[in-house]
Amino acid sequence: MILAIIDQVGGEMNSSSLEMLTVARKLASQMGVALEAALIGESGRPLAAELGAYGVSKAHLLLAEGLDNVAPDAWASALSQLTGASGASVLMGVGSERGNELMARLAAKLNLPMAANCTEIEAGDSFQVTRFRWGGSLLEQADLSGEIKLLTVAPHVIEAEAAADGSDAAVAEMGVEIGADDFRVQVAEHISSDREGVSLGSARIVVGGGRGLGSADGFAMLDELAGLLGAAVGSSRAATNLGWRAHADQIGQTGTRIAPDLYIACGISGAIQHMVGCKGSKAILAINTDPDASIMGKSDYAVIGDVHEVIPALIEALKNQ
Amino acid sequence: MEIVVCIKRVASTGSRIVLTEDAQSIETRNLGFTIGPHEECAVEEAVRLIEKHGGSSTVLTLGTEDSIEQLRGSMAVGADQAILLESGGSEWDPMASASAIVEAVQSRQAAGSSFDMLFFGNEAADSGDYQVGIRVAHALGVPCVTGIKSLEVEDGVALAKREADGGWELFKVALPAVFTIKEGINLPRYPSLPGRIRAKKKPIEQLQPAHNPGGPTKIKLMNIEEQASNVEILGKGTEAIAKVLEILKGIGGAA
Ligand SMILES: Cc1cc2nc3c(=O)[nH]c(=O)nc-3n(C[C@H](O)[C@H](O)[C@H](O)COP(=O)(O)OP(=O)(O)OC[C@H]3O[C@@H](n4cnc5c(N)ncnc54)[C@H](O)[C@@H]3O)c2cc1C
Ligand SMILES: Nc1ncnc2c1ncn2[C@@H]1O[C@H](COP(=O)(O)O)[C@@H](O)[C@H]1O
Repeated sequence: MILAIIDQVGGEMNSSSLEMLTVARKLASQMGVALEAALIGESGRPLAAELGAYGVSKAHLLLAEGLDNVAPDAWASALSQLTGASGASVLMGVGSERGNELMARLAAKLNLPMAANCTEIEAGDSFQVTRFRWGGSLLEQADLSGEIKLLTVAPHVIEAEAAADGSDAAVAEMGVEIGADDFRVQVAEHISSDREGVSLGSARIVVGGGRGLGSADGFAMLDELAGLLGAAVGSSRAATNLGWRAHADQIGQTGTRIAPDLYIACGISGAIQHMVGCKGSKAILAINTDPDASIMGKSDYAVIGDVHEVIPALIEALKNQ
Repeated sequence: MEIVVCIKRVASTGSRIVLTEDAQSIETRNLGFTIGPHEECAVEEAVRLIEKHGGSSTVLTLGTEDSIEQLRGSMAVGADQAILLESGGSEWDPMASASAIVEAVQSRQAAGSSFDMLFFGNEAADSGDYQVGIRVAHALGVPCVTGIKSLEVEDGVALAKREADGGWELFKVALPAVFTIKEGINLPRYPSLPGRIRAKKKPIEQLQPAHNPGGPTKIKLMNIEEQASNVEILGKGTEAIAKVLEILKGIGGAA
């Protein structure tokens, strides 16, 4: 049986859980085994109704005091009890921050290998997986062994697809025992963000600035342009490291991943670690003085020119419309 | 306060990754080396905490002697000591890496040198396994908070924050504990010339840990097929503005 671990907190499911279920369903049919799902905490109960459509035959609802809070060791303990009781041979999770963390904790408890951010899985005695390295700019083919196979599915690689023959999933409640040590790490307080404006991750247009802006002041014109376009402002790591922009605005492997309709990259060279963060963009427009900059080969449109001339002119033109 | 920071030498890849002929690694002939951005911030955080609370910080890496460059680089920005766990050349899988780090920490403990905090990157820049720190914490029986972007320590208790769902999650854990750190927790300093000179003189402890492979086992690396992009040059400088406006109109951005 494949046990799919749904990524949810407080009944809010990370939508990549459905992508993961789509991968899990195909693997289950290849292996000729059932697909079941794990929901952790009472707050997961309402989600069970959605899972049948994705081919889940049974949803396990793991219950104990404290599981509705973010408590990753307690979650891993609950899952390891379910794994033992249900005889799962594959544990599959979401390759989100939370999903990778949870699977790693489970792997540590079970003392089994784990493959993070898989894009393809071939079943067998040991599994052959293809997985992301370098934040998604390189692939690795790896052998995943172990009595139980633990892996997470890279988000946003395939689209979620309901099963042709979906039906309702049966709900099986299971009470679990969690030791005090497994509650040493739990969220003591949720603090809401004080950031204003359009969020980078969900903006339809993003204006990004890099070292080519020349100074922190250079970002003032990007802020103005973004204001006119209803866009969010992002930055390269070079700009962040120079102290021109807060890290929260950084786009890339170690920053935020964006997926706007249009990304306007200003004075950015196009390093792979930057580009993995914006490859979800529908279109990229580069503004760069260097016609040979690497970003030219990765963009849809380009303006060859100095940002200090092009951006103010664009702002003027927008204001005059 | 004693802090150990685990760092890993990785290639500073640029605009394109080239693989070696056997597809086992990245062609690094024309590349420099660095440590991951998360780890750079972890080193900086350790140095700041020691400056504030006193004690000492140790950087530790599992790798070849080439990694001494990264250990010295970390000492140049303020780490006090360094340990090299010699891997013998091959890249160790995450279970083997965790086991080697645990062995080193435990042997230091046995020699009377305990730790208050162990820092890791949230994920390694190259392999991105998302697990070594968590495995080490589990084996040592101490709590682990992942992905943190803010850390304060008071009276043996750490207040650690991480970003989640558009806000922040706050954790309170008693030390000793493991933290996996994300870039953005601080802005790392650049090494100073005196810092570099001091770092050159500091001794590096070299150990040979046992190799206990666990997996996953790398078969080969592969490039991602990129669609050849046909960039449309809209023009030079301000003469391209009209075309830019067209594009913005097309997506409803300049209505
Ligand atoms: C493990 C790892 C992780 C990383 N993670 C990230 C990440 O998350 N995000 C990220 O961005 N980077 C990341 N990097 C860094 C990355 O490799 C690059 O160093 C960085 O993206 C470069 O930023 P840049 O394009 O702004 O600067 P540069 O590479 O210096 O490029 C500046 C560009 O501006 C152009 N320019 C100069 N003047 C002008 C002008 N007046 N008008 C128009 N154009 C001009 C130049 O032609 C050039 O193309 C990472 C690196 C490593 C090793
Ligand atoms: N070879 C290594 N030497 C020292 N630390 C390592 C090594 N490999 C991984 N780590 C640490 O573990 C973190 C997570 O790695 P990973 O689980 O591979 O993504 C890294 O950011 C490092 O802090």
